[in-house]
Amino acid sequence: MAQKIYKSFFYQYLISIATVLISSLFCFLALSFIGYKTVALILLVNVSILAMVFDILPVLIACILSALIWNYFFIPPILTFHIDNTEDLLMFLMYFFIASIHAVLTFKIRKQEAKVRDKEEKEKSIKLYNTLLNSLSHELRTPISAIIGSVDILKEHEEKLSAENQIELLNQISIASLKLNTHVENLLNMSRLETGMLKLNLDWCDTNELIQSVIGNLDVPYTQHIVFEPNDSLPFIKLDRGLMEQVIFNLFANALAYTPKDSEIKIEIKRQEEYCQLVVSDNGKGIPPAELNLLFEKFYRAEGASAGGLGIGLSIVRGIIDAHGGTIIVENNLQGGLCFNIIFPAEASYLNHLKNE
Amino acid sequence: MNKAEILVIDDEPQIRKLLEITLESNQYKVWQAASGKEGIVMAANHPPELILLDLSLPDMSGHEVLKELKKWYTKSVIILSVINNEADIVSALDHGASDYLTKPFRSAELLARIRAAIRRTQQTETKPVVHFGELSIDFGARLVMRNQEAIKLTSTEYNILILLVQNEGRVLTHSLILKEIWGVGAQTETQYLRVFIRTIRKKIENNPHKPEHILTESGVGYRFV
Repeated sequence: MAQKIYKSFFYQYLISIATVLISSLFCFLALSFIGYKTVALILLVNVSILAMVFDILPVLIACILSALIWNYFFIPPILTFHIDNTEDLLMFLMYFFIASIHAVLTFKIRKQEAKVRDKEEKEKSIKLYNTLLNSLSHELRTPISAIIGSVDILKEHEEKLSAENQIELLNQISIASLKLNTHVENLLNMSRLETGMLKLNLDWCDTNELIQSVIGNLDVPYTQHIVFEPNDSLPFIKLDRGLMEQVIFNLFANALAYTPKDSEIKIEIKRQEEYCQLVVSDNGKGIPPAELNLLFEKFYRAEGASAGGLGIGLSIVRGIIDAHGGTIIVENNLQGGLCFNIIFPAEASYLNHLKNE
Repeated sequence: MNKAEILVIDDEPQIRKLLEITLESNQYKVWQAASGKEGIVMAANHPPELILLDLSLPDMSGHEVLKELKKWYTKSVIILSVINNEADIVSALDHGASDYLTKPFRSAELLARIRAAIRRTQQTETKPVVHFGELSIDFGARLVMRNQEAIKLTSTEYNILILLVQNEGRVLTHSLILKEIWGVGAQTETQYLRVFIRTIRKKIENNPHKPEHILTESGVGYRFV
């Protein structure tokens, strides 16, 4: 903010003129000690300093103003624009030229520098973009290659393939297309979140059943244990069920991708005052503290990630939780493993038993 | 027995081919239409046993096609939708579609929906007693049994269960169930419906949190299987 005012044009003129006037006044008072020729140098220093920070026009104004002041107040005969001797006239003209050239050159150098900086930044972002695009196209192309390759072999070499190999190739096609479908779903959700096209479809939800249904629909085979204790005292909670399914699914998918065999992945849901709290934790290796906040960055993938992820699952989770007005925190458990803690405001209905008739 | 005829209205040749192969290898006869207008004309000239209708067509929206068809076509229309847009699906279901599938769908799921829909249209008389796994329902006696033990249901619970059972295999939207049970004007009281579904599940399901009979269709409604 301060910088904005400082840089605004009006203030640049004001400061330029003011500094010229102040330094002239200072010189005028000290004239008996320094002599009128030194005054020119002092004013030149002033203009040079202005040239380093301001635009060309205010600097040129300062340059003209200081030349005129020097002539009028300092070059004898003083209080006239008249110059008596050739030496002073020459000095006056030189002062004017040096100050102007200084102003223009400094301005040009600064402009050049800014250009170089811009170019560097642009190159950096292009490089980042290319890295993202490469990993994205890699993740999308891998399942496509698997499908095309398997289909080709099945079509052209059917008679040479054993029955088991044929089944194996069909399995590959099935796995690859499911993965591709998940990727597309995630990318679509991401763009819906980013363009603000996401409208919450809030309705009462039995969260015990919601979590069970996500666990039941995990279509990838896994070797870890998912632990969930349904809580019968939990009220109905108002949320967007489809999106919350996606949140829980993505958290599970993430935990399953990063924890070793036989790890325990625990999910708990609680109601606290006006809020609903959802905690998903595992007893895997966790991740270095410095990387914790990067987890929600789009396309970020942790060290040692197994192949097959786009790095957008968790940023979608955060986007959906944001849309619910909530927050998500991730930390390493003291005993090891990662813990995602989600809190969002949610209406609850304690309507449990109805008198039917 | 004659093969049941199914009309597929979809502009994507690949999807039509896939459906043709899937359905014909399962003893159905398939007619194909590539646009909404063509589909309406074909259905009028030769009413099929069931219609599969894609919601995004080039010449008119699937919703308009459904509206035209529903003026005279009384059998089942199953909606195919490429986007998982719940509002779109609910609107189609509330305007007479009997079920829906989102692309990409699994062929087992497709065939199950088609079988259930055709069974419903062909069913002329309701059986007095039906069985679903460990559950049996005796309509005449208004009696629901689980593992040969009678289950006590209040009359609203019984009515909801019967509505779901009579539409076995088909998704019923929240607003349809609310309207059927509590009448016009109650369609937004989903809270009450959840409470009843929860208590019914407690009574009839082995694990009420992992229901096997009354399934939740996220954002759409419930399906009894």
